[in-house]
Amino acid sequence: MKSVTKAYRPISWPTKGAGGDTGSWRTHRPVVDIRICTKCQFCWVYCPEAVIDRHEITIDYRYCKGCGVCALECPTGAITMEKEE
Amino acid sequence: MTTSIKQLPDIEQVLSGNGACGGCPATMALRIVGKALGSNAIMLLTPSCSVASMGMTPKLGYNWPAINICFATAGSSGSGIAHALEIMQEKGRLQGEPPTVFCWVGDGGTYDIGFQALSAAAERNDNMIFFCYNNEAYSNTGVQRSGATPRGSFTTTTPAGKRQPKKNMALLMLEHNIPYVATATVAYPGDLYDKVVKAKSIPGLKYIEILAPCYLGWQFDMPETVQMSRMAVRSGAWLLWEADNGKISFNNPSSLIISGKKDAAPVDEYLMKQGRFKRLLKGPDADQRIAEIQGDIDREIAFMRERAKITF
Ligand SMILES: Cc1ncc(C[n+]2csc(CCOP(=O)(O)OP(=O)(O)O)c2C)c(N)n1
Ligand code: SF4
Ligand code: SF4
Ligand code: SF4
Ligand SMILES: [Mg+2]
Repeated sequence: MKSVTKAYRPISWPTKGAGGDTGSWRTHRPVVDIRICTKCQFCWVYCPEAVIDRHEITIDYRYCKGCGVCALECPTGAITMEKEE
Repeated sequence: MTTSIKQLPDIEQVLSGNGACGGCPATMALRIVGKALGSNAIMLLTPSCSVASMGMTPKLGYNWPAINICFATAGSSGSGIAHALEIMQEKGRLQGEPPTVFCWVGDGGTYDIGFQALSAAAERNDNMIFFCYNNEAYSNTGVQRSGATPRGSFTTTTPAGKRQPKKNMALLMLEHNIPYVATATVAYPGDLYDKVVKAKSIPGLKYIEILAPCYLGWQFDMPETVQMSRMAVRSGAWLLWEADNGKISFNNPSSLIISGKKDAAPVDEYLMKQGRFKRLLKGPDADQRIAEIQGDIDREIAFMRERAKITF
């Protein structure tokens, strides 16, 4: 029998972007006003996508889906959801 | 003391850019679970949203060996792997800390389709953590009713609202005499984290159920996942508790409701935020239907308060 090559094995490897560049799903983009931010990390802990840097409070827009959870949970109102172009 | 947000570890086992909906509560919960389990674990999944969220071959959105198994078999498949690991250890073919075996299963795969296999694995007390992420319906196939769907909820198979109350699955697991049972939800990540860390350190079968408010099935706005989770707890519709060797203790803020120090918020506000209830509560019998749902919650609180008093 012909051997099955690696390409045909039904095996996947842990990789970012397994669902594609999910940032393209966004209709609104979370924008952080770092002057108001107290670095409480609430946005970081609730972001389902793990795209927020917990120390810098910067967002990886390549994968951020724009769900708005971070903006709603932010206790200081430092995150606004801005409409994508 | 509950672990604070800033004390949670950096490790990310759920990778950015997976296939889940934005605001997905299952992914949110799994991310915190990953921080507690670390990378030395083996994951089993039954057909569900969390499988659809894994992404497409050859990429995988979770950083564990992840095995997709048949719907009914999470309990038995987990047992098989747990036993295999034990034998490998006995034969010296597995050195160091053995991986944690965990099942990551929806409410359909836990309450209904996988119940028998889970019950059997629990009765054998096989060494794994069984997680049920409970979005109170079969979400991945377009929201059908499950044993976890609460009374009054619209699903595609209960177009006039479900007539029966949900069952208390965590309590059923407790009655299997397993060493650890806990409930959690996404609004309280420190509580969830601590429960998983504890479960990891206990041999035998551990059951952890996580309420996962799904905007698609429950019909609320996508950013409100955490808010809905918080409201479920504050209204008493979801109770946070854990049981070590059968001894139940309640966690904050549910402990305040149970002890009577704080009243549960009336359920109306929680219901009216969700389209799955709202669309059914517009009729002439709305008051009676809300009273029925409130009755289910009150009964559950009273029952769990009394059940917790029984210890051996
Ligand atoms: C034996 C079998 N029956 C039905 C299906 C179709 N199916 C795939 S996912 C799913 C829903 C699972 O519901 P649940 O376990 O609650 O997980 P959720 O989708 O809500 O995350 C169903 C019915 C299947 N894959 N296998
Ligand atoms: S939740 Fe708001 S205040 Fe807290 S770290 Fe995030 S942006 Fe800053
Ligand atoms: S919008 Fe959603 S995905 Fe994007 S950073 Fe905020 S919580 Fe994360
Ligand atoms: S339907 Fe609900 S549980 Fe399923 S992926 Fe979407 S948000 Fe998550
Ligand atoms: Mg479900």
